[in-house]
Amino acid sequence: MSQNFSKDQICIVIGASHAGVNFAFSLRKEGWEGRIILFDKDPVFPYHRPPLSKAYLTSNDAIEKNLLKSAESYEKAGIELQLGITVSNIHEHDKCITLTNGTSYKYDQLVMAVGARPIIPPINGLDTANNVFALRTATDVEKIKQSLTQSTQKRVVVIGGGYIGLETAASLKKLGATVTVLEREARILARVTAPEMSDFFEKLHGDNEVSVLTNKNVIEVAHHKNINEVVCADGARYSADIIIVGVGIHVNLELAKQANLEIENGIKVDETAKAKEAIYAIGDCTFHYNPHYGRFIRLESVQNAVDQSKTAAAAICGKHPVYNSIPWFWSDQYDVKLQMVGLSTGYNKVLVRKEIGETTKFSIWYFKDQELLAVDAVNNAKAYVLGTKFIKNRNLIDQEKLVNPNAEFKALNLVQS
Amino acid sequence: MAKITFITTDKEAITLEASSGSVMQLAVDNDVPGIDGDCGGVCSCATCHVHVKPEHMEKTGEASEIENDMLELDDNVNEYSRLCCQLEVSDALDGLELQVAERD
Ligand SMILES: Cc1cc2nc3c(=O)[nH]c(=O)nc-3n(C[C@H](O)[C@H](O)[C@H](O)COP(=O)(O)OP(=O)(O)OC[C@H]3O[C@@H](n4cnc5c(N)ncnc54)[C@H](O)[C@@H]3O)c2cc1C
Ligand code: FES
Repeated sequence: MSQNFSKDQICIVIGASHAGVNFAFSLRKEGWEGRIILFDKDPVFPYHRPPLSKAYLTSNDAIEKNLLKSAESYEKAGIELQLGITVSNIHEHDKCITLTNGTSYKYDQLVMAVGARPIIPPINGLDTANNVFALRTATDVEKIKQSLTQSTQKRVVVIGGGYIGLETAASLKKLGATVTVLEREARILARVTAPEMSDFFEKLHGDNEVSVLTNKNVIEVAHHKNINEVVCADGARYSADIIIVGVGIHVNLELAKQANLEIENGIKVDETAKAKEAIYAIGDCTFHYNPHYGRFIRLESVQNAVDQSKTAAAAICGKHPVYNSIPWFWSDQYDVKLQMVGLSTGYNKVLVRKEIGETTKFSIWYFKDQELLAVDAVNNAKAYVLGTKFIKNRNLIDQEKLVNPNAEFKALNLVQS
Repeated sequence: MAKITFITTDKEAITLEASSGSVMQLAVDNDVPGIDGDCGGVCSCATCHVHVKPEHMEKTGEASEIENDMLELDDNVNEYSRLCCQLEVSDALDGLELQVAERD
């Protein structure tokens, strides 16, 4: 019997969100008999993050409707959950961690599922402005909802036109706010999609009376009689009762540095999610190798958190898994469902597949020469599914048929032999 | 109140009761193996795939276009396939039997 299956061993997990929680349950499933202790500084029972900017923000549901697992599930699986508790130190030589309250815990295996936190850019006046929020936690959502309820004019400025900023804009609009999105780049979603997709979403927001403004570099937040004014480099000024900051994330690296882990755009891990002997890292905090695309990447997605957690659990239980997933992601704005698969970085050709008689249903296909790298599908799960299969199988696609809306949209028809 | 029975891939029958929420949530809350619900129930992950007992197809009604398309992600899809996050628990589902789909 492997030593990993001993009842005396302790696995400590720092971070109880998508990665940490899924890891804990997978570890049990893989046969780990020892203790599993999850720590998270967030006092709220572990929940799904994606709905925070989407359905959860607009609904009156309690967070209990969005839990990753029920309380009974942890109990049944014998997973110890310690919430509202921050891990402050890792002593890797002694194989122990310390909490901010001074308590120490020994571990045999340590898993870093520490994720990331929102970037608060060094904009003059932002730190002292009223009603400034990022959106990463359930508590952030409570605060945003509360200040929206209390605001009479409900003027919201969202700094940053990425997925979270745009989803939040759509949701706050639905809640009756007047929303302006300020994007520094020349187009929204510039880092992650082709211009065609940026145009579509810019128009979608416009049609829903959310103004999305590009080339707006915010340089200052000025205060006038308790009202914030967001000032841009081009001199434009926007009054804001509420400011949402959605300009990206910083990986939580402080603990990894203490443990002398290798860091490069995240905690560097091998194909089994191992960072070094007895220390694994999973989810948003990792910089990991993707065999399909042949390079190291960092991802911010549920897919990555879940799949990598399974890999780490199998590895700790003595198997030799290789993390090898095609990344996928989704975003819901208004009644538009965007689904993405693959990594488009490095594309040199973009093809748009339209569907006859449809204006809000299409897909964007990213190629590097003949190789399909990624697909963004708008209200088109079929394109998403086909794309997933084609990328996995490295199929050669008949590009002419792909863009011909009269050509039947199915694998047999599109794959070249 | 509806009683819903899940038959796991190990042929274990798990009968659960609920009056609201999605069938996926019911399964996840009660640790039905093979139902993960990774996307939280927004038809984006296809980790909540079940086969409806053929005689019970009327209880569940029709799948939406997007659900049908998403089901195609799984090679085990058949005419009785559903993503159970898209099934809302109601009295109409009382007695429903669902087979948890095998994972590739
Ligand atoms: C608003 C929003 C919308 C999103 N929408 C989507 C979407 O539609 N689709 C999608 O795929 N992904 C989406 N994501 C991304 C997805 O939520 C993340 O990829 C996922 O949460 C990553 O999980 P994780 O466990 O790696 O990290 P995190 O979720 O960041 O969790 C890390 C946890 O570690 C804890 N922690 C960190 N340091 C310590 C410490 N020292 N001591 C104790 N605890 C600590 C934190 O409190 C946190 O709970 C969204 C994210 C947000 C914020
Ligand atoms: S839970 Fe993701 S598709 Fe059903």
